[in-house]
Amino acid sequence: MTIPTAPAPAPLPVQPPTGCPFDPPAAFDALRTEQPISKISLPDGSWAWLATRYHDIRAILGDTRFSSDTTLHGYPLSGMTGGGNTQNRGFIRRDPPEHTRLRRMVTREFMVKRVEALRPEIQRITDELCDAMERDGGPVDLVEALALPVPSLVISLLLGVPYDDHEVFQRLTGTLLSRTVADEEREAARIELRDYLDRLVTAKEAAPGDDILGRLITEQQQTGEITHDEVAAFAALLLIAGHETTANMIGLSALTLMRDPESAERLRRDPGLIRGAVEELLRFHSIIRNGPRRVATTDIEIDGHLIRAGEGVVAAVPSANRDEAVFPDADRLDITRPNAQHHVAFGYGIHQCLGQALARVELQVVLATLLRRFPAMRPAVPVDEIPFRTDMAIYGCHALPVTW
Amino acid sequence: MKITLDADKCCAAGQCVLVAPEVFDQRDEDGIVVLLDAEPPAGQHDAVREAAAICPAAVIEVHE
Repeated sequence: MTIPTAPAPAPLPVQPPTGCPFDPPAAFDALRTEQPISKISLPDGSWAWLATRYHDIRAILGDTRFSSDTTLHGYPLSGMTGGGNTQNRGFIRRDPPEHTRLRRMVTREFMVKRVEALRPEIQRITDELCDAMERDGGPVDLVEALALPVPSLVISLLLGVPYDDHEVFQRLTGTLLSRTVADEEREAARIELRDYLDRLVTAKEAAPGDDILGRLITEQQQTGEITHDEVAAFAALLLIAGHETTANMIGLSALTLMRDPESAERLRRDPGLIRGAVEELLRFHSIIRNGPRRVATTDIEIDGHLIRAGEGVVAAVPSANRDEAVFPDADRLDITRPNAQHHVAFGYGIHQCLGQALARVELQVVLATLLRRFPAMRPAVPVDEIPFRTDMAIYGCHALPVTW
Repeated sequence: MKITLDADKCCAAGQCVLVAPEVFDQRDEDGIVVLLDAEPPAGQHDAVREAAAICPAAVIEVHE
């Protein structure tokens, strides 16, 4: 007698539906109703659970019995962003109490009032880039001219990283977050970034400035709380998280508003709507397409489904944010949606995005400024010619040619 | 309405401050939640419930 083997599960869906670049993979719709906790295959040949419902995903990410420790057996590695097993991995790949200890070294830097105090500086940076766009005239690539420089300039300023190095860290981050580069290329980028940050932290140790890395060195490293390598791990995490995500949200959101003149006009007439609109854009786009990921440290039941100790879970954030049970008419962008801020675009639980207040202010400032200063902005190519980032862990546009 | 906090669990996401700035603040030294008004007036109740609902670390408990 032969035991029938189940067919191998499919990998994590990543392709948006044909002709709908703003929607998450169509497979999520069916999974949410029919199989909210399903199986996917992983690049290393193993498998993990895939959670697609909002409430299940909040339950998983809100429960610290699901570990973020990438070195634990069974952690569902994506096969990307190398270095998951290194000893000096950033705090997002650790559990309490280490996660709590390390995260709290930088939480004050990103708290709401600190970020609000930066708003004029973010506006100034945005205005200067918009001045240059006006001066040079269209068409321009909005990603290169505005979406990427704003968050890169801001995080470089906060960390104390020379902005002149932006080509280095943007290129390396691009390689690390790509699904399609070869393993050797990714490993080479990881080593190059590590060496760059090592040199940067060494330079900062000699002359710590009034910035996040300077304060980590004087307050935490020099007092023996963390090592040189841990300062470099903070730098890597904050630098990568601080520019790619916001840059892609800016590009996608700007394009969305160009294609939705009614919402754009409402925002121009009533700029007070921008805060809610940004929450809705975060929900609608859910640019994190690769997780978050966890491994169960004990047997845990989620919505009647048993997840055993050592089994991995991938939380499909884009699916949670389109869950009709929470967001009625979820596939429609509604800039005044009452519960938009319930989205899990920044994750959920103790690992929820540390830089979310900064991301919000950057998005509010950039989008409001674009609407005000470039009311006639439109894509310079047909939408099906825009290169969407289906090959990346963070969704968005590789380039966005616009004119006005 | 009476609010209690389990600040040890706070991860300083700051969502409560965005939603109900008259009731919640963040400590200067580490961004951890601070309660400005443990028994807020009726006009704040909706905002407080919203803050409790979106707090990622389930720190805010609302007693009504």
